[in-house]
Amino acid sequence: MRYVDEFRDPERMRRAQDELCRIVMRPWTVMEICGGQTHTIARWALADRLPAPLTVVHGPGCPVCVTPLEVIEAARALALRPGVILCSFGDMLRVPGAAGDLLQARALGADVRVVLSPLDAVRLAAATPDRQVVFFGVGFETTAPATAMAAELARRLDLDNFTLLAAHVRVPPAMELLLGSPSCRIQGFLAAGHVCTVAGTGEYPAIAARFRVPIVVTGFEPLDILHGLTLLARQLEEGRCEVENQYPRSVRDDGNVAARAMVEAVFAVADRPFRGLGIVPRGGLRLRDAYARWDAERRFELTLTPIEEHGRCRAAEVLQGLLTPTDCPELGGRCTPETPLGAPMVSTEGACAAYFRYRRRAR
Amino acid sequence: MADDPELSCPLPFAGYDRVVLAHGGGGRLMHQLVRDVFLAAFGDPLQARGHDGAVVELGGRTALTTDAFTVRPLFFPGGDIGSLAVHGTVNDLAMCGARPLHLTASFILEEGLPLADLRRIVGSMAGAARQARVGIVTGDTKVVERGKGDGVFIAVTGVGRVESRHEIAAHRVRPGDALIVSGPVGDHGVAVMLAREDLAIECDVTSDSASVAPPVLALLDAGIDVHCLRDPTRGGLATVLCEIASAARLGVHVVEAAIPVRPGVADACELLGLDPLYIACEGRFVAFVAGEDAELALEVLRHTPGGEEARRIGHVRAEHPGVVVLEQPLGGERVLDMLTGEQLPRIC
Repeated sequence: MRYVDEFRDPERMRRAQDELCRIVMRPWTVMEICGGQTHTIARWALADRLPAPLTVVHGPGCPVCVTPLEVIEAARALALRPGVILCSFGDMLRVPGAAGDLLQARALGADVRVVLSPLDAVRLAAATPDRQVVFFGVGFETTAPATAMAAELARRLDLDNFTLLAAHVRVPPAMELLLGSPSCRIQGFLAAGHVCTVAGTGEYPAIAARFRVPIVVTGFEPLDILHGLTLLARQLEEGRCEVENQYPRSVRDDGNVAARAMVEAVFAVADRPFRGLGIVPRGGLRLRDAYARWDAERRFELTLTPIEEHGRCRAAEVLQGLLTPTDCPELGGRCTPETPLGAPMVSTEGACAAYFRYRRRAR
Repeated sequence: MADDPELSCPLPFAGYDRVVLAHGGGGRLMHQLVRDVFLAAFGDPLQARGHDGAVVELGGRTALTTDAFTVRPLFFPGGDIGSLAVHGTVNDLAMCGARPLHLTASFILEEGLPLADLRRIVGSMAGAARQARVGIVTGDTKVVERGKGDGVFIAVTGVGRVESRHEIAAHRVRPGDALIVSGPVGDHGVAVMLAREDLAIECDVTSDSASVAPPVLALLDAGIDVHCLRDPTRGGLATVLCEIASAARLGVHVVEAAIPVRPGVADACELLGLDPLYIACEGRFVAFVAGEDAELALEVLRHTPGGEEARRIGHVRAEHPGVVVLEQPLGGERVLDMLTGEQLPRIC
């Protein structure tokens, strides 16, 4: 497959690994921000290829993992209302809220459906005028444009039976929050290539300058990760802190202009809670007043009161890169994909699930 | 028995073109349905007309299986629920090292199912049974109210004669056994997924739904020392390997690069964030054979319809009992585990 096979080529991987090992002289701790990259690192056992002084910690970039419990509970409650069809992305359905997940709600009689695009939910609403269709929109800058288009399409179709439970979040403010924490040990970032494909790289130079960290926008294939780490290590060793783009085959500096305009038209930047991180200033999006009619929170008068996490779950530390999942005493014991204590064990992009699935060694 | 069930009685009977509750009511309509749809397609090999039971000759050791089939959509590239029901059942018999002989079929029909669809399903079932050289010897029909079924559910029971001289079971797997897969994995699951109208992905993937009895019987005929057979249906190749490693208390070592996956299946899986090793096949099997028989087994399979693309993908070890280890193309190994629940397309 083009754009896949050449980025998994064993010979190129070997050369990239050699180069990375040549460059790294001193100990560095860097973070890959995106859950997709976490998955690649675990899936291809890349940690085994890294030079010993280089530590890669996993960031909060799993959309499912950072969606707060109270939002999942609100989605569950909406799904269980008579006449409602709740649509969302597949991996959101298995994330436990405080009282169960959306698949369990479906077993209780709720009409919960997997869609691949929010526009499918709008079409469903148009085709079923006697039902209220709610799209539960989660994700970072990558999925926000499609949710924005859904709001816009609902407006154009003048739909009365479609609303959005939108919990979209933004990556750069989360990076700033992590870097501003006194316990932060991150010296460089692999930024999320697909987020930047949509949102561009405009917000990163200020972060790099303010916190004196190099940032390398990186892709998702194993060779991308090794290249990204190589660029990052070179900057660290040379004392530079610049924004570089390892993923130019997808990312332009100004991102996807049309998608950004659509998001800007529908959403305003707002403070938003991240599961595990707390309130992130300017960390999310809320529907603008012009789209209030399609806002499920307003339509159904939902009040989202923060819910306490499971006491044993240390997801907050995992999401901040302070705890490696394998160092968590619950991993594989009380916390497994069958009985997850927290969201990072549920989603395929969650760091705990990635470790559980790929990093366990044969006995 | 009508030679071509698709051509028999083409007109809707008694004025109905859809299944109604009375088709399951035991009266005239039901008899008409049985005669004009089921008997017209399946024939009446045992002359059991009018009876619910069937009497068959078996002789020797007998394999028995029962399975229920639901699939959405009912028709997909490469098959439909009818052919799937036959293949699924004969394959379960083949996994016992048995030659499939007779099937029974129970239909649960949903009120409103177009009779043309039912005819098409029953016709393809009859075709699949003919090809697999099994008779459908008796059956049953029930009709449920609209909204209480998914068009049609089919429950099939099959019996077959065991042809293997040795038991075929996980406990016979030994260190040194070779692991062979009879063809590319994941075709069926991906074909069905793409056939669902909510996935607007165009990809040329056809279900592998087929009887695996011919290649299995060819292995047995050739005197291959077959220790264990499994068809990787739900949960795919990874799941059956985990089951066998766990049951045999042995380690299974698999070379990822050796596992055949068609490009279309690999592409669709990349797009949807799925792993082909966990996707269902309906016309493939994995065989654990004595290591010294591996080359001959591959030779036999490659000359048998349904086994042309067979590959050796790994072997059994005494180390890491109960665990399947995948040797990765970029070096390194990882544990191949069972999935929790179904695979769901990921967010981004």
